[in-house]
Amino acid sequence: MSKILVVDDSNSIRDMVSFTLKSAGYETVEAKDGQDGLAKAKTNNFDLVISDVNMPIMDGIALCGELRKLAPFKFTPILMLTTESSTDMKMRGKSAGATGWLVKPFNPEKLLATIKRVIR
Amino acid sequence: MSIDLSQFIPSFLEESFEGLELMESSLLTLQQGDDDSINAIFRAAHSIKGGAGTFGFNHVTEFTHLVETLLDEMRNGQRNIVQPEVELLLVSVDCLRFLIKAIRDEEPCENSKIAETAKLLEFALQKQEIEAAVTTNHEITSDNSQAFSTWLITFIPEPHLVQTGNDPLLLFNALAELGEVSLEADCKELPSLLGLDAETLHLTWTLSLKTSVNEDEIKEVFEWVEDECQLSITQQKSDSAENKLVSSPLVEEAVKAPQIKAVPSPVVVNSPEKSTQKSKSETGSIRVGVDKVDSLINLVGELVITQSMLSELGNDFEMSKLTRLTNGLEQLLQNTKELQESVMRIRMLPISFVFNRFPRLVHDLSKKTDKEVTLVINGEQTELDKTVMEQIGDPLVHLVRNAVDHGIESKETRIANGKSEVGTITLAAYHQGGNVVIEINDDGGGIDRQAVFDKAVEKGLVDTSNTLNESQVFDLIFEPGFSTAKELSDISGRGVGMDVVKKNIQSLGGRIQVQSEQGKGSQFKVYLPLTLAILDGQLVKVGREVYIIPLITIVESLQVKEQLINRVSGDMVLYRLREDNVPIIPIYQLFDIPADNKELSNALLVVVEADGQKVGLMVDDLLAQQQVVVKSLNDNYQQVEGISGATILGDGSVAMILDVPGMITMALKRAQRQQSNEKASKKKIETEVLA
Repeated sequence: MSKILVVDDSNSIRDMVSFTLKSAGYETVEAKDGQDGLAKAKTNNFDLVISDVNMPIMDGIALCGELRKLAPFKFTPILMLTTESSTDMKMRGKSAGATGWLVKPFNPEKLLATIKRVIR
Repeated sequence: MSIDLSQFIPSFLEESFEGLELMESSLLTLQQGDDDSINAIFRAAHSIKGGAGTFGFNHVTEFTHLVETLLDEMRNGQRNIVQPEVELLLVSVDCLRFLIKAIRDEEPCENSKIAETAKLLEFALQKQEIEAAVTTNHEITSDNSQAFSTWLITFIPEPHLVQTGNDPLLLFNALAELGEVSLEADCKELPSLLGLDAETLHLTWTLSLKTSVNEDEIKEVFEWVEDECQLSITQQKSDSAENKLVSSPLVEEAVKAPQIKAVPSPVVVNSPEKSTQKSKSETGSIRVGVDKVDSLINLVGELVITQSMLSELGNDFEMSKLTRLTNGLEQLLQNTKELQESVMRIRMLPISFVFNRFPRLVHDLSKKTDKEVTLVINGEQTELDKTVMEQIGDPLVHLVRNAVDHGIESKETRIANGKSEVGTITLAAYHQGGNVVIEINDDGGGIDRQAVFDKAVEKGLVDTSNTLNESQVFDLIFEPGFSTAKELSDISGRGVGMDVVKKNIQSLGGRIQVQSEQGKGSQFKVYLPLTLAILDGQLVKVGREVYIIPLITIVESLQVKEQLINRVSGDMVLYRLREDNVPIIPIYQLFDIPADNKELSNALLVVVEADGQKVGLMVDDLLAQQQVVVKSLNDNYQQVEGISGATILGDGSVAMILDVPGMITMALKRAQRQQSNEKASKKKIETEVLA
């Protein structure tokens, strides 16, 4: 079963994303910011990373850049979960190596449908 | 599949309140160029908006969006951080708090203030002519999608496409969910096996898709890669025959089902009304750090080990195993103690939960009173029981209000007295013994002792002939109906304050102390027990009963010296304790029970203090000091005068916990009754003699 890393500084969003994924049968690991996420990525293998952009300590863009430097994450899909749908934010995410983005308000059905597009 | 997320609403609400608190405290200290703060504020607003959108609280989302946009401009340096806008944001925080409270309590959230604030926010945003990006809530555009049509798609990805984690195969799978796909790969660019680099793409594709969805939805599949590929999507002629086939609504439904942009399930959108019923009003939940839970689990593990060791010992016990048994019991004691501390820690929260509201309060009050006040907070990480925390908030608010309103002088007075025109209020919390001490200090005018005394005389609380020492005079301000403010202000000084403050603190098992120096300032010290569930007690014996005296009330214990006893009228006996005369209350008399020792000389006296009144409780014996678990008498039996609760001792017997202030009032009442009885009987004798 696919294992997904969920990174968000908001407990409720993280819980919701995780709950949605678990109810669809995915295994999830949660992290509360980029640094935490990176630490967890170093000790686990994931099939997908879903990360918030705006986070304290290390934001999602930086996390994405760091993950791409790790060999096991070179091709792992990384999705940015964010309300910032501006082009600028998309470009920044892309240049850091993000696979795509999910626009909040987040809808569980849509989340599941969308991740099918990237999860192997 | 529809997934019900309503169970997450309470945690969203809780988190939102926390976020608002953070926004508020950061806004109060916000300076130009303070990127960390502005980012933190922005993130808090952002989370609230995200969560609210998810649960369909659209009014919150819309309002927060305005706030967020304004903050974003400040964050990006497009807008300077100026006071009027910070004030506007503070008001917005209040509005949001109102909105979220309304959701929690299922109350209507219409309020003219909110609409007004929203207008002000919009106005502020327009002022710099920065276009407010409206949340891109893609409308579902499925009206013209009933008809099947065939699309020709050419997809030429950049060679590095896979390096962002995108996989063409998965994109094609997604397309296949929209309809019927056939595709053809162009391998022209594919190098020989030797030159093949597995990390780059060399293929291009041509696809044909027969589907009922429109172009936008096909494009959406490629949304994440549109900058990294050449993509062309062209519509072939639509097939009229098939068009007719799908005209039945049922089929239409079936065809639309795999659409990626499904209509949000009604369960999710409409659930707020349904699910907040559970979360009405304050949720009785505590957020506990994982470390605390882990340590608890760890300790339980150790307890289980000890238990199994002991039960093994007990199987066939011989005297030779006695050392191991005592060791085991020792370990059990240790485990229990640690477990208890660990469980108590779960209920502990940092006092910052209460202190957080003060920066705003002081900010608003200093505006209202036209005084400049700096608030200094120390020790906000000091932990306190959740119940105590919830109940101490209001008394502290009152004390802080008083400090701003009555304590700190007006700017003019301060300057005239050679003080800096900015007043300082210091809030501090720290542990002292088994207590948490909260200090409220101000460097204001101090309390005018004479004014307090005069006022007390005027109110009939004391007699002019009374000679009171300093602390006794200050204690007068806690008397019901006492207020020294010359004019009533709308901030404080309604004269209902301080006695309620004191009563609240006492009901928590705490006490309050005042110190003040005229011209220099005042200090209020609030002593609170760490927790209400467990009490440090002194076990004492009277006859066959064991009573528990709360350690916090005990001043000292001593053996009575005959020559220091003073008998006054009635049964009241005073004991000379240095410069004080302390009334002796024999517990056996008060509760009317048998005692081993009824002689005053050489008796044991436990001197306790409550409400500034010291009394000596006469007991037969002092036993151990220990922590006891407080059980309410109200819940299990009924209120008994002079007893605040009960506990179960190690041997299984029940011991009463003494309510020291209650006992003092009981004893005083009894003494007064006795005095009047005596007077009455004296009079009777006199009249009889006269007759």
